[in-house]
Amino acid sequence: MRTALTARLLGALSLTLVLILSCALPAQAAQPPLQVVSSFSILGDLVKQVGGDAVVVSTLVGPDGDAHVFEPRPVDARRVAQADLVFVNGLNFEGWMARLVTSSGYRGKVITASQGVKPRQMKDEHEHGHDHDHDHGNLDPHAWQDLANGIIYVENIRAALVAARPEQAEAINARAARYSAQLREMDAFVRNTLARVPAEKRRIITSHDAFGYFGAAYGVELLSPQGRSTESEASASDVAALIRQMKAKQVRAVFVENVSNPRMIERIAREGGGVVGGRLYSDALSSNNEANTYLKMFQHNASTLASAMLKQ
Amino acid sequence: MSVLSILPLAVDPFIEFGFMRRALVACLALALCSGPMGVLLVLRRMSLVGDAMAHALLPGAAIGFLLAGFSLGAMSAGSFAAAMLVALGSGAVVRLTPQREDASFAAFYLIALASGVMIISIHGSSVDLMHVLFGAILAVDDAALLLIASVTSVVLASLALIYRPLIVECCDPGFLRALGGRGGLYHFLFLCLLVATLVSGFQALGTLMGVGLMMLPAVTARFWARSVGGMAAVAVLLAFVAGYLGLLVSYYADLPSGPAIVLVAGAFYIFSLLLGRHEGILSTRFLRQVHKEF
Repeated sequence: MRTALTARLLGALSLTLVLILSCALPAQAAQPPLQVVSSFSILGDLVKQVGGDAVVVSTLVGPDGDAHVFEPRPVDARRVAQADLVFVNGLNFEGWMARLVTSSGYRGKVITASQGVKPRQMKDEHEHGHDHDHDHGNLDPHAWQDLANGIIYVENIRAALVAARPEQAEAINARAARYSAQLREMDAFVRNTLARVPAEKRRIITSHDAFGYFGAAYGVELLSPQGRSTESEASASDVAALIRQMKAKQVRAVFVENVSNPRMIERIAREGGGVVGGRLYSDALSSNNEANTYLKMFQHNASTLASAMLKQ
Repeated sequence: MSVLSILPLAVDPFIEFGFMRRALVACLALALCSGPMGVLLVLRRMSLVGDAMAHALLPGAAIGFLLAGFSLGAMSAGSFAAAMLVALGSGAVVRLTPQREDASFAAFYLIALASGVMIISIHGSSVDLMHVLFGAILAVDDAALLLIASVTSVVLASLALIYRPLIVECCDPGFLRALGGRGGLYHFLFLCLLVATLVSGFQALGTLMGVGLMMLPAVTARFWARSVGGMAAVAVLLAFVAGYLGLLVSYYADLPSGPAIVLVAGAFYIFSLLLGRHEGILSTRFLRQVHKEF
């Protein structure tokens, strides 16, 4: 008796589900702007630039947010579930993303924007064998800090959007081409700005190791107390090593980022004889308009870096 | 290997680096007030209340952070206010209902903890909960050091003033009442001092680890001393040595400092549990055998 009732209930339930799904799916396909979720603010801006009015972008980790330690909320799962396309950085940047996608029940494509980027290996200064960045594996995820990679991101985003909206391909391609040209211009601006700094002065300290790609692309040497991720707590030996390096190499330009605790880096600056040269944007755009787009972020970072390095 | 060859290893990091010296001074100051406070908590059977109060700091610290960023003053004031609210709230419940104090503490601190996590999550920005919970002893700056030192001075001076009634109250509350003493007042003052101690520890070690430096040495001290004064002295010494050794471990073994310090204190506890002079498991058994032989 009871089993029969349960079976009937289950039957009714699944029928309801099927009805809901069949109502929801065609409705979405008919609505023109593509609902897109991007994992963090920088990627969100890239998708917006390429997608224009063809997309509505919502970003999981907003401006000034730290994607390393993000905890998804139910509303985030709902946004992912309702999305037509999901963009992630990849390179193990968003460790929480795979679980979020699975638990939200999203069945569409997850596009890895860093596809095709030549990943940098994490430089391992710790010879004791323990891994500071278990979340990142051995890859440095901050690939967007090199504008050449930004252009690869744009190409991946363009291809994904065109595949999803073939009828709007022309507009999307045009926007991608225009934006890539802007990125190349910005690349030249960054190089020119930093070229004013003599080579031996191109050294800085940042609070977490997010500028590996930037340093490699634009010839700046970077030292930092935390590992690649903001999650790892600095040990006394990390801090000591950094202060010794600062003194030995006479690095005085120290920077804080918008995503980590500034107290530690201020302490280090004081002790190594450095000066806090300003704020850099690494993993998130700003909520004020200092660096609220990918392009502005590079402009701000390059100018701030150059003026601080020139003083040292 | 002689003592002379170890000596440079033990002092060099502190000579070379100011941040190590600051961390050490912070540990010393924290040990001085955490030791006696921890011992009194143990005597008053309130060992877990320290933990509860530490969690109660969280919403205040979070609100302070939201209003003023990583500001020492705002976060300290906020956390002090939040913890006092919890202390007063549970005190009031004890007076107004037949509920016992530990039960109402549990209820209030859980509410406070959850609202702290809620406030931090709603803001959903660069605030890393871990920084608030675990602190950064290596980043102690002048202001934080001054705060810790001032709190320590105030706590020690106040403890000296209310020491006698406080001890009488925790051993024999009926006696104090018979003499016309106001036990409730001393209890309240004691809670104020506890919150102040935790707030200063929170600046250096974070809310969780700060309690570790307070409770572990105090519990350990019971294995080595009988009198309250003796236990407090042992607790201060243990807390300071744990801070010193923890910093060395963090320096040489490349480990995070806060947990290293608390784990050294934990190692002292395990050692004393086995070999403590008073009621250590192994030493008691050994002494009993000696007694039997004679």
